[in-house]
Amino acid sequence: MPHHAPSRSPRLGRRGLLLGGAGGLLVLSLTVRAAARPTLQEAIRGFTGGAPVNDGRVRLEIPPLVENGNAVGVTVTVDSPMTADDHVRRIALFNEKNPQPDVAVFHLGPRSGRARVSTRIRLATSQTLAAVAELSDGSFWSSTGSVIVTLAACIEDLS
Amino acid sequence: MTRALVNAPKTARPGEVIEIRAMIAHPMETGYRIGPNGAPIPRHIIRRLVCTYDGAEVFAADLYPAMSANPYIAFSMVATASGTIALAWTDDHGATQTATAEITVAG
Repeated sequence: MPHHAPSRSPRLGRRGLLLGGAGGLLVLSLTVRAAARPTLQEAIRGFTGGAPVNDGRVRLEIPPLVENGNAVGVTVTVDSPMTADDHVRRIALFNEKNPQPDVAVFHLGPRSGRARVSTRIRLATSQTLAAVAELSDGSFWSSTGSVIVTLAACIEDLS
Repeated sequence: MTRALVNAPKTARPGEVIEIRAMIAHPMETGYRIGPNGAPIPRHIIRRLVCTYDGAEVFAADLYPAMSANPYIAFSMVATASGTIALAWTDDHGATQTATAEITVAG
């Protein structure tokens, strides 16, 4: 029996090494996940500071199907009288699957007269977009829209 | 040298809501693309657009790499007084480009 002990200990050592390796991989994958982009919900939470977001009042106009993701026309309209007492302070646009969730933040005020902004954005793939508006009373309203992109932005090579 | 454009109505009545369309020639390099030498192309985008009119900042925008090249933004404002509508775009290098439009407000 004494010769069993030396033959078992290296096997245990190897198993320990394997376990250690698996643990190392787990740690690696966790750090990779931590370095990945925030989700759409996390990005919206970052904008609102954790305040509840209501559905409605915001209209996000986006074509349902686009050929070229390099320039997609977007219009955001918020239902607001735009007076000194009741107006839209900010409108933010977020995406779901680009390398970075932010698209743009627009700052408005009572002198805007109308809460409506149009622009052109890039989309890396078919995904969901979210527009979030912050009103002067501190409430947040949002709307989402889905787009199918046939030619993506961000991936083209320079050759 | 980049080129910036502002489109605004020449005349308006006091209190009328007018639309301003602003566009600037800029590559809006995202920083996610790989160049021919295999190295990432450094980010170079317009970060901020500010519109000043009648003594106050009436509109501003913070932009991110997801904005298209040659960023175009249309927004509205209330015509209050005759004067200059001034737009200023600031990019990652700290360079600021400006463009202006004159408006006559008379009722």
